[in-house]
Amino acid sequence: MTHHSPARASTLDVLESEGIHIIREAAGGARRPVLLFSGGKDSVVVLHLAAKAFWPGRVPFNLLHVDTGYNFDEVLDFRDRTVARLGLRLTVARVQDYIDDGRLRERPDGTRNPLQTIPLLDAIAGHGYDVVFGGARRDEEKARAKERVVSLRDEFGQWDPRQQRPELWNLYNARHLPGQHVRVFPLSNWTELDVWRYIARERIELPSLYFAHEREVLRRDGMWLAPHHSVRARAGEAAVARRVRYRTVGDASCTGAVESDAATLEQIIAEVASTRLTERGATRADDRLSEAAMEDRKKVGYF
Amino acid sequence: MTTTTTTSTEPDAPAPSLLRFATAGSVDDGKSTLVGRLLHDTKSILADAYESVERASRSRGAETVDLALLTDGLRAEREQGITIDVAYRYFSTPRRTFILADCPGHVQYTRNAITGASTADALVVLVDARYGVVEQTRRHLAVAALLRVPHVIVAVNKIDLLDFAAGPFETIARRVRSHAEALGLPDVVAVPVSALHGDNVAVRSERTPWYEGPTVLEALETAPSVDEAAVAGAGGGAGAGGVGSAGDVAGAGEGLEASAGADARAGWRFPVQLVLRPQDAAIAPEFREYRGYAGQVAEGTVRVGDAVVVQPSGSRTTIAAIDTADGPLREAGAGRSVAVRLADDVDVARGDLLSSVDDAAPAARRFHAHVAWLAERPLRVRDRVLVQHGSAVVQAMVASIDGVLDIALPGGTLDSSIRAGHELLLNDIGVVELQLAQPLAVEDYGRHRRTGAFVLVDPQDGATLAAGTARAQAPGSASDAYVRI
Ligand SMILES: Nc1nc2c(ncn2[C@@H]2O[C@H](COP(=O)(O)OP(=O)(O)OP(=O)(O)O)[C@@H](O)[C@H]2O)c(=O)[nH]1
Ligand SMILES: [Mg+2]
Repeated sequence: MTHHSPARASTLDVLESEGIHIIREAAGGARRPVLLFSGGKDSVVVLHLAAKAFWPGRVPFNLLHVDTGYNFDEVLDFRDRTVARLGLRLTVARVQDYIDDGRLRERPDGTRNPLQTIPLLDAIAGHGYDVVFGGARRDEEKARAKERVVSLRDEFGQWDPRQQRPELWNLYNARHLPGQHVRVFPLSNWTELDVWRYIARERIELPSLYFAHEREVLRRDGMWLAPHHSVRARAGEAAVARRVRYRTVGDASCTGAVESDAATLEQIIAEVASTRLTERGATRADDRLSEAAMEDRKKVGYF
Repeated sequence: MTTTTTTSTEPDAPAPSLLRFATAGSVDDGKSTLVGRLLHDTKSILADAYESVERASRSRGAETVDLALLTDGLRAEREQGITIDVAYRYFSTPRRTFILADCPGHVQYTRNAITGASTADALVVLVDARYGVVEQTRRHLAVAALLRVPHVIVAVNKIDLLDFAAGPFETIARRVRSHAEALGLPDVVAVPVSALHGDNVAVRSERTPWYEGPTVLEALETAPSVDEAAVAGAGGGAGAGGVGSAGDVAGAGEGLEASAGADARAGWRFPVQLVLRPQDAAIAPEFREYRGYAGQVAEGTVRVGDAVVVQPSGSRTTIAAIDTADGPLREAGAGRSVAVRLADDVDVARGDLLSSVDDAAPAARRFHAHVAWLAERPLRVRDRVLVQHGSAVVQAMVASIDGVLDIALPGGTLDSSIRAGHELLLNDIGVVELQLAQPLAVEDYGRHRRTGAFVLVDPQDGATLAAGTARAQAPGSASDAYVRI
């Protein structure tokens, strides 16, 4: 067994044990937990921790993905392979279904990211999920920096940042009334760099688009977007070949790639350690809409 | 703006140790500004985050960049210019990794300040040099004493407004120190700072030549941390620790014992979160019959072969194995999440506490505690609440309220400042006695931080009502011994 054994606990050891503790605690008191799994690096790490938390049993709950219809094929393939490898069950809530039957309408800006909220809340209510695990980290964004590890959502899935419960020590209170649910974030205290170092240490597999590769991309709003049926070149835009990788993996309509030569985990860690831009600032169009874009989305039930 | 200072490219480099700290102090004393300054001067702010704060400052008519906006990220916070809830930020220096919690000062949000302080190894208490110690400073120091935060750093702020004079700093430092020490807070360091201009925050100021102590950052870098103690303990280590040694039989007594014994061979505590019995869900056929108890070591080091008491049942057995998904261990230190297997087929459930036979945790049906009451409605005698302790949740009734801490009394201790009172109102700290429907292994918080901590929960809507720290009864004393004045 090569698992390292330092004289003193490293930051990763502390974070791993904390994450496992949170998952066990929330699952132990839950009726019907579910884990939000997109195939992105943070949800992959949460799933990895969940597998450790319940070892030598399988993860004892289902996975849920809200598919905007604009997700990258290679990420969806990776998602399905991972689910099959671990012998788990995945429910997919599709934004496309909602658009097809008129419950949701496309937005003028073409992004479907904010449209995920309703299918997410319907899936939670429809399946009766009471504890919903997610991979959000506090270092991602200033509204997320304020959220509790165990975060209460009301009947409308709303987060009320002014009425959060006190959260003392490592005693997590997930009690709630019928119709409410809690979101649980085991990676609350992880940074982007912690996530990459952990992925390297644990040799966790990821979708290939996190690593530098050649891709046709076009420049828009200071980001490199991959042409896709949701991202068509506009007048004056031309697709060019660039060596890029993705720092976050969301919907192709709003997630940008960064120019990079980092093709290995070691190179990615070095790149993240010396970057001058935050993860979301570099790659997410949806956070640029306004000063409080994330807070506003979260208040109405977003992840 | 430049890059982060963390440049190690090793996947898991011999990590600088981790310190969790929180800010405290009255509204507008400069907590968020200090935190912003600390992040700025340690080059922990990335370019786009800095630009967005620059933009937000400008749109509010400020001429300089308001570094408090780095943590005051909510719409309402920016509109009102105050902190409402805790913001967590992460940064490192070559010496250490930090998790920081920037807390609100406004009395209305004390519950959030306590949230931030409850996980802190160190508390940075801000005091405005012009006004000195005010009621909210005393309240936060009392909270620090209640929570037994191991280190307190007092930043006497806004000294730029007093021409960087030594006198006011020294007066305030003396006053805070004596107040903090009376509350039993050890290790208080006072630093004269200007959060706005950066003096003595991360960089030593040339405008305070009379000051020879550490900067705020140096004080944080050198404070011993709790986490670093050891989540470690993978692999090596001796075998049987406590086999055969006869400890006290830990039955369910009435009240906590004020254990006078020294910590010669400190025991360990392991709250059980889950019973792992995979059966058909086993990842491989050989684990079908597996039966292990999952949890995080709360205190001490658990070793294979150790004799075990299960509380509250009092059954005894030994540790047969310590498992992780990465392989078995011979020992596991505090903070480590593992699963243990036991030698005998005893009854163990979620919420039980395993502890070493040496220095075992006693279970009790009644205990005294300090309680910080965080709800709008008052707490009264005979109220029914839930006590959440580790993974256990039991019904409880308030047997008595023995007194309420009088924040206005300066220089008192947590006990001597207690005045008589029959109810706890929002933000009160009081001494209460709780009677439990089932025994719990609640211990004296002063000796056992993890197993002495609990929260009170509303049985009806599930709201978190209070933070509690259990306290041992002084031997032979009646409960009114706490109610003086
Ligand atoms: N002159 C001067 N002003 C300061 C200093 N530090 C903070 N301020 C100002 O004091 C005001 C309050 O600062 P904040 O950092 O928001 O105070 P706070 O303690 O975080 O307040 P709450 O979080 O709401 O309790 C702001 O206008 C700051 O610019 C300082 O060192 N000197
Ligand atoms: Mg503030």
